[in-house]
Amino acid sequence: MSLELVLFFVLAAMAIGGAVSLILQRHPIHSALSLIVVMVALAGLYLLLGAEFIAAVQIIVYAGAIMVLFVFVIMLLNAGVEARTNVSRMARYVGLPLGFFLTVELAYWIAGGAGRQAPVSAGPTPTRELARMLFREFVFPFELTSILILIAILGAVVLAKKET
Amino acid sequence: MVPISYYLVLSAILFGLGVVAFIFKRNIITIFMSIELMLNAVNLTFVAFSRALGKLDGQVFVFFVIVVAAAEAAVGLAIILLIARNQQSLNIERVNLLKL
Repeated sequence: MSLELVLFFVLAAMAIGGAVSLILQRHPIHSALSLIVVMVALAGLYLLLGAEFIAAVQIIVYAGAIMVLFVFVIMLLNAGVEARTNVSRMARYVGLPLGFFLTVELAYWIAGGAGRQAPVSAGPTPTRELARMLFREFVFPFELTSILILIAILGAVVLAKKET
Repeated sequence: MVPISYYLVLSAILFGLGVVAFIFKRNIITIFMSIELMLNAVNLTFVAFSRALGKLDGQVFVFFVIVVAAAEAAVGLAIILLIARNQQSLNIERVNLLKL
């Protein structure tokens, strides 16, 4: 077993453990911290795939900014432990089997279909290439995202301001 | 060398766990977090394919997905704040204004 494979399995176990913990925890703060574990593990996997820039963005934007926003809102609203309800019978008897079926089916077909693909080659991606691509071929979508962010900021401010 | 199918299976498992969390959790914020988990699982697929096919388009798309996720988080959390202010609760079952 190569070092790469060992690292992959460690990070994958971390990610899956974090995701399971997200489901099992009853307090939103604990769920948020579990999600941060998943994101850090995914950043490690991106590094393993040679996508350094994406790994850095994952840590800075996802684990940093977005999750801080989540934790901030949870603290602000003083969210307590999730209430247990009995209305979720439908979810328990239909949703859970379907969810696991979806997971197994996806994993099965992907493993069967892509198993013949060439193994993932190592080596980092030059960020310079990524930047060139972003600002040449994808410059229009890139500019559109800036408008999207602007609209999102406006929307958040309008939604969250106190009603007069 | 890690075969690409390993990454894809991991991504499928994470996506499935995201779906399960989305169905099972009763807290609006946690449901929102499970959506982020699903987006992350898709991002992993993008990067894995980008590496396997030797093209960078996938990584550029991950960048866009992260931007959209950030915008979504900002607006979504503002909506959650409003709901919490109006309903005095974060339980999804009390948010049934659109229910017939």
